[in-house]
Amino acid sequence: MSYSNKVKDFYRHQLSEIQNAGIYKEERFIHSSQAADIEVEFPSGASVRKVINMCSNNYLGLSSHPEVLKAAHEGLEKRGYGMSSVRFICGTQDIHRELENRVTEFLGTEDTILFPSCMDANAGVFEAILTSEDIMISDRLVHASIIDGMRLCSAQHDTFKHSNMEHLEEKLQLHADKRIKLVITDGVFSMDGDLAKLDEMVQLCEKYDAMILVDDSHSSGFIGRTGRGTHEYFNAIGKIDIITTTFGKALGGASGGCVSGRKEIVQMCRQRARPYLFSNTISPVIIAGVLKVFDILSSSTERRDKLEINAAWWRKGLTEAGFIIKEGNSPIIPVMLFNAKLSQDFSKDLYNEGIYAIGFFFPVVPNGQARIRTQISAGHETHHLEKALNAFIKVGKKYEILGLTKEQITAKYGM
Amino acid sequence: MYTAFKDHLANQLKEIEEAGLFKNERVIISPQGAEIELDTGRKVLNFCSNNYLGLSNNPDLIEAAKRALDDHGYGMSSVRFICGTTDLHKKLEKKIAGFFNTEDTILYAACFDANGGVFEPLLTSEDAIISDALNHASIIDGVRLCKAQRYRYENADMEDLETQLQLAQEQKFRLIVTDGVFSMDGNVAPLKKIVELANLYNAMVMVDESHSAGVVGETGRGVTELYDIMGQVEIITGTLGKAFGGAIGGFTTGRKEIIEFLRQRSRPYLFSNSIPPLVAAAGIKLVDMMTKTNTLQDKLHRNSEYFISRMTSLGFDIKPTKSAICAVMLYDARLSQEFAAKLLDEGIYVIGFYYPVVPKGQARIRVQLSAAHETEHLDKAIGAFGKIGKELGILKK
Amino acid sequence: MQRNGEKKSGIFPLLKMINSNTKPNCLLNMEDTKELVRNYVIREYLEEGEDITYDSPLISSGYVDSFSMVSLLVFLENKFKIKIPPEKATPEAFDSVNKIVELVNKYINK
Repeated sequence: MSYSNKVKDFYRHQLSEIQNAGIYKEERFIHSSQAADIEVEFPSGASVRKVINMCSNNYLGLSSHPEVLKAAHEGLEKRGYGMSSVRFICGTQDIHRELENRVTEFLGTEDTILFPSCMDANAGVFEAILTSEDIMISDRLVHASIIDGMRLCSAQHDTFKHSNMEHLEEKLQLHADKRIKLVITDGVFSMDGDLAKLDEMVQLCEKYDAMILVDDSHSSGFIGRTGRGTHEYFNAIGKIDIITTTFGKALGGASGGCVSGRKEIVQMCRQRARPYLFSNTISPVIIAGVLKVFDILSSSTERRDKLEINAAWWRKGLTEAGFIIKEGNSPIIPVMLFNAKLSQDFSKDLYNEGIYAIGFFFPVVPNGQARIRTQISAGHETHHLEKALNAFIKVGKKYEILGLTKEQITAKYGM
Repeated sequence: MYTAFKDHLANQLKEIEEAGLFKNERVIISPQGAEIELDTGRKVLNFCSNNYLGLSNNPDLIEAAKRALDDHGYGMSSVRFICGTTDLHKKLEKKIAGFFNTEDTILYAACFDANGGVFEPLLTSEDAIISDALNHASIIDGVRLCKAQRYRYENADMEDLETQLQLAQEQKFRLIVTDGVFSMDGNVAPLKKIVELANLYNAMVMVDESHSAGVVGETGRGVTELYDIMGQVEIITGTLGKAFGGAIGGFTTGRKEIIEFLRQRSRPYLFSNSIPPLVAAAGIKLVDMMTKTNTLQDKLHRNSEYFISRMTSLGFDIKPTKSAICAVMLYDARLSQEFAAKLLDEGIYVIGFYYPVVPKGQARIRVQLSAAHETEHLDKAIGAFGKIGKELGILKK
Repeated sequence: MQRNGEKKSGIFPLLKMINSNTKPNCLLNMEDTKELVRNYVIREYLEEGEDITYDSPLISSGYVDSFSMVSLLVFLENKFKIKIPPEKATPEAFDSVNKIVELVNKYINK
């Protein structure tokens, strides 16, 4: 047998190393729809508990919205289950085009191309438009999918310190001789919840004749006055050359992503982006659901307003209770615990209190930066947040970390 | 900011157009099936979808999807390990493992992601990947993201594979990777021989069964079934987006430790959204259907044989194939587009395949058969191909 | 951001040398090379108040991750007019100033 014991033992050993380091990921099983209240089985085989979900990307509470479900049902009936085709062969229905137009309108860009996921959009966009004469200058904390997309591109690459505009300017000066300079950033950073300084970045890009790409996966639908994204927040609609985003978070949560921006860039992606040419088109049932999401968002800002209020309440509550949280203006609010094991124990205790929030530790975040990343939803009502806050405070008291500084917590629990 | 680049791109697009390589989309306003409706109002016969078993609009799958919408909602809005795993996901993983006779399965949004995320966690710069030259683009991208040493063998060339295996003996672990059915040509990988060589030279084997699962093998279990070597391949990747319903979803299935390790380290799994419950539910229904009866697989095999033999008799240059893919070679990109346009006038929907999906000078029309096709559909297509073939001087009159 | 009292947009000798694209004087000795690299790493990667020695682990400590390592590679290749093959530009080879200078010297005379 070619899968020799040597290979098997190698992987078994690697797995036990992960376990010993306390960074093994266990799956938890959700027995209900995605919503503020969910039913969870954890660990495998344990009895199902009803808990409050504080860590989904369901920011607008639309992942089980009855109108979205109804639209999905209708989509199944009218346009079928699957297309079994990539876009350019026989995988484009009228509703695909319709969704692209809706996204273009919503984001204030010139054109949009759909991808099976934002991971695929990020994997495909750089290689489709840049060559070795160009340079990609990215923030050091961009999402993993952007990193992979850049690795697949032959353009040169440099990085700047996270959100550090002086450092970005130095890099733009350093690389002035390159043909195309593309500055790359997340709109909202997924682990810390902070917003990119898009206003300053746009200014710098204009000054140094560079283009800008923003991954708005954690902003589309709710950041900005009408939820159009980070560019709306910074009054930069129309100034971002490329926006990538997902329909797998706030915008329904099922699947799908897109590249939206300048017309020629999108056209080049249609001709050259590998995930577009070689991977299945988004299925009609999913498209139908996302179209309904856009209907809901265009009719009122109720959901994103509620989300904003919820997030502000939650930040205030945690800060006043004595937790260390990262500053920000988004519904991603990391509660910093620094030590990996502490974050896992804290999460288990929260679970016993009926709150579902998991610990994030290396390699998802840097070593010594473990946290519980809470994510607020428009689906949260006041009673959810109150119960959650009380639980956090109770567990915080148990571990005696309320009011402590980072140094004090790490002294107590180690890094 | 953008002006210079805009001109540069506009030029590139113009060049693509002038070279006859521009891709246009046709817009469909019906569900996928043997017969589809275009936005021009025309009803045409579809001969180029991956809908091999005709299940993309199947009422039982739709019913299962609807039930899951009602019970489990629309989307998970989460990666798997946070709050993106339901009982449906786990059940589907088990069913797929059962179907392929493997030990465990991990789901992805697409096989593109499964292939993108399999090599990097498993192999380091001390290891070797030995890859067939015609492997799918997603495998190529997955290999590019991995630091292992890269070896390449000519398409299905077992002597070349053996040479590469010998060269790769200096690496620690070796992984041979091949498509089960090659997507542009339709030929089947000589998997039995590959496994023999793998055993001889101490290598693992990975097969991408995207165009073979559901299609090849007596019960549609793919190339490992075809060669009677089920369970002997370490890693199988595949898709739910072709024969198995056509919506979305992909998977890696294989040895337990490998799958478990992928759950801990595979980037698309850790950083991309979990598939929606409705797709998992339809997937479960589909595997049950496939396990109960072979009617669809049998019909697909009959349709493929019927079509390919008649097209070959007509005199077309068909790539040797043992799958449901029939590559009609035309070589010139513009000719392939002209041929396809004329076929559309005859009510047959196919498209020309040209650079960059196939190498330059190797343009073709890739016909794909389906269990949804009836004999009269096949006869109509064959007739149209014959007519246009003569008209354009490809066939002798 | 101020660092040890120097100005933001420094008119600072070593800074100038770091940012210039001319090859350093080939009489630049080992010590100066190490100092050049060390100062670059401090400026490029460290926060205010942080410091490193020639032996401090850079990658394994988390100062420089494998993703942002590319900036260091770009600097070395431009500064010393060398080309480091991708398979040699590993986290291990970049894990301290001493190791980096060792790697640079391998390619500097090619």
